[in-house]
Amino acid sequence: MEYRDEQLVAALRAGDEEAFRTVVREWHSSMLRVAQIFVPTRSLAEEVVQETWLRVLGALDRFEGRSSLKTWVFRILVNTAKTRAQREGRVVPFSSLHDPTRIPEAAVEPERFLPDDHDRHPGGWSAPPRALPEERLVASETREVIAAAVEKLPANQRAVISLRDVEGWSADEVRNALDLSEVNQRVLLHRARAKVRSALEDYLR
Amino acid sequence: MMDVEALNCQELVELVTDYLEGALAPGDVRRFEEHLGACDGCQAYLEQLRATIRLTGSLTPDDLSAQAESALLDAFRTWHS
Repeated sequence: MEYRDEQLVAALRAGDEEAFRTVVREWHSSMLRVAQIFVPTRSLAEEVVQETWLRVLGALDRFEGRSSLKTWVFRILVNTAKTRAQREGRVVPFSSLHDPTRIPEAAVEPERFLPDDHDRHPGGWSAPPRALPEERLVASETREVIAAAVEKLPANQRAVISLRDVEGWSADEVRNALDLSEVNQRVLLHRARAKVRSALEDYLR
Repeated sequence: MMDVEALNCQELVELVTDYLEGALAPGDVRRFEEHLGACDGCQAYLEQLRATIRLTGSLTPDDLSAQAESALLDAFRTWHS
C-alpha cells in the first residue's frame, strides 16, 4: 500500500505497525546506501539505519511537514551517520559529497580518443564503442556484472546511482535528501553511470 | 578544419548526463544532437549508457533482514505505548 505523506505521518503517530513496516522496508536499501557514504562497513550502516529510525520516532511529534517525510528522515540519517563515523574515529572528507569536481575524472579512458593534435579528428574516437548484443544484455549474468560494478563504486557515487537508477528517485529528491547542489548531484551520477557502462562494455566485448 | 563551435567525441561523452537530465543550454543541446546525428561511435556510446541505466534499474534493492525488522517493530511498539 502506498501512503501519502500526511496519511503516513498520521498513521505512524497513531501507532499503525503496518504503515511503519511499509516505510521501513521501502526505504531500507536507500538508507543503507546513504549510511555507507559515511561509515565503512555494511554492519555499521545497518546500525546507523536502526538508530535513525529510533531518532525519527523520537522526533516525529515535532515533524512539521515543511519538507517531505522522506527528506526529513534522510537528513536525520545523514546526521546520525556522520556522528557515528566521528565516534568510530573516521574522518569523512567534506569533498566526498560536496566537492566531487575537485578531482577530475574522465567518463571514458583518454586512450579511446585520438590526440588533441590529430590532423583530422582531434578528440574523436580511436576505439569507438559498438552496439551491445541484445540477447546478452538480458542475461542474468549481465545483471550480476552491473551489480558488481555498482558495488565497486566509491560510496558517494554508489549512493547517488542507487537512489536515482535502482530506486527511481528524482534528481530533486536526491539533492534534498543528501543536501547536494544540482551540479554535484549530476557529477556523482555521471561518474557512477560512466563506470558501470564501462564495466558492461568490457564484459560484453 | 573543424568548426570551433563543434563538439568532439571526447567532449560529448562528458555532456551525456547533462543531456539526459535536461541540464544543457539550448545551444549545447543543438551542438550535442548535431554531433550525435553524424557520429556512429557516440550513438553507440549513448545507447550503451541507456542500456546501463535500464539494467541498473532492474537490480533488486537490498532487503531488510527479518531480525532487523522485528527489532524495529519492537522499538515502534515501545515508542507508541
